[in-house]
Amino acid sequence: MSYQGKFRVWRGDADGGDFEDFTVEVNEGEVVLDIIHRLQATQVPDLAVRWNCKAGKCGSCSAEVNGRPRLLCMTRMSTFAEDEVVTVTPVRAFPVIRDLVPDVSYNYTKAREIPAFTPPKELAPGEYRMQQQDVERSQEFRKCIECFLCQDVCHVIRDHEENKESFAGPRYLMRIAELEMHPLDAADRTTEAQNEHGLGFCNITKCCTEVCPEGIKITDNALIPMKERVADRKYDPVVWLGSKIFRRDRGKS
Amino acid sequence: MDENTGVFSARRAVIPARTLRTDRWWLQPLLTVLGLGAFVIYATVRAFWGAAYWVPEHHYLTPFYSPCMSTACEPGSSHFGTLFDFPWFIPYAALSLPFLLGFRLTCYYYRKAYYRAFWFSPPACAVSEPHGKYTGETRLPLIIQNVHRYFFYAAFIVTLINTYDAILAFDGENGFGIGLGNIILVGNVVLLWGYTLSCHSCRHVTGGRLKNFAKHPTRYWLWTKVSKLNVRHMQFAWITLGSLVLTDFYVMLVASGVISDLRIIN
Ligand code: SF4
Ligand code: SF4
Ligand code: FES
Ligand code: FES
Repeated sequence: MSYQGKFRVWRGDADGGDFEDFTVEVNEGEVVLDIIHRLQATQVPDLAVRWNCKAGKCGSCSAEVNGRPRLLCMTRMSTFAEDEVVTVTPVRAFPVIRDLVPDVSYNYTKAREIPAFTPPKELAPGEYRMQQQDVERSQEFRKCIECFLCQDVCHVIRDHEENKESFAGPRYLMRIAELEMHPLDAADRTTEAQNEHGLGFCNITKCCTEVCPEGIKITDNALIPMKERVADRKYDPVVWLGSKIFRRDRGKS
Repeated sequence: MDENTGVFSARRAVIPARTLRTDRWWLQPLLTVLGLGAFVIYATVRAFWGAAYWVPEHHYLTPFYSPCMSTACEPGSSHFGTLFDFPWFIPYAALSLPFLLGFRLTCYYYRKAYYRAFWFSPPACAVSEPHGKYTGETRLPLIIQNVHRYFFYAAFIVTLINTYDAILAFDGENGFGIGLGNIILVGNVVLLWGYTLSCHSCRHVTGGRLKNFAKHPTRYWLWTKVSKLNVRHMQFAWITLGSLVLTDFYVMLVASGVISDLRIIN
């Protein structure tokens, strides 16, 4: 049940690199990461790849297989024909360190720029209460394994390096949505999302949702709801007028 | 795209190809262009046609002419009165069509579809777009997409009008009756409600904008229902384009006497 598979793996570093062709044994039930490991064991001991769990849960092994952002450990070899050349490259939105290992520090920078959960002043820790419906809503976002595949595929930064400065990317706009939908979070997330984190750059083309290995509906459940909240706040004269007249604390209801 | 930006930026892995995808990623944008293009051509032709939109015998009115507001509208087809004699370049349904167009143009799904298929931004996931600069919906003109909810309110009213038309059509010249036309009109209206109520703005106003679901059980319940429809929004977007064309085409054929309505009752 095993065959000799053809692979094209990108090797190099930030200064340059190229594809190398390999023929490697492929066995039934294997994933692309198994093949990369076999390459390391039998042909190129210095091939660099980042991985940890081999179970789709640590988010380390993000790369691109035949041009599609994927987890190496969750991409089954059975999805390819036996005579198909399988091309493996590092993710293409971030700088490369070596071979298949990218420098994902952009994501850590963006994570730090988001103010932490801000509970109301009058509540002491231990007094926080939340109902199941509200827990469920952010539960989906908390499935995120921080693989950054959504960040990698998002054309806003993948195709426009200069936007990295002003755009947090789907993963972190989703983090803002999670806080915004938290009943006890008292910070103003909406204006912040639009003005500081570049929500307006997103044109809801849904590639982040398409690649998310956790199946999180990033666009439908985080990005579009945030865009609607921004519209409430900034572009809806009816809501604006209502808030002036009735002094309602919008969105906090 | 600039040679030194995007996937060709410094420090990224040096790969000359814009995409390494080997599947038929171009098929979806192509189908989108063909589908939307065909609808736009059909709808434009029909909106300005000025004939074959009303079946007096069975009171069928095509959604493309609802509400019919010109004094030139055929007798009986104007359910909400008339304004004046519209010149040829104003469609008889000039009061509803611009809002319906706006509704679909600013729809989150159609935006995705035409940004990808017509503007290549991006043409498909992990396929580099051909533009040097990108500002998305951060500034004019695309920042205007934020008015979507107003079109939702307007479209809601138009869908009510379409529903009214479909109900009136059960009462033809000879009193109550049911024909194939009625089934088509009602089917179309049901699908239009599916599209309208599954709108993301609808999901937002019913309950999505709440920060605390537990405090608003009724709106939370509504939100869960709209959310169920919302996951099918793309399907409704395409199906209703088809059902609108089918409904209009059927009314056109019957109204112009090419075929006669298949009667089931009376
Ligand atoms: S939906 Fe928005 S955030 Fe997600 S990939 Fe597309 S542009 Fe980026
Ligand atoms: S949202 Fe999904 S794709 Fe993005 S980092 Fe989290 S798990 Fe990965
Ligand atoms: S190795 Fe942990 S997700 Fe692939
Ligand atoms: S109609 Fe599509 S999102 Fe509102």
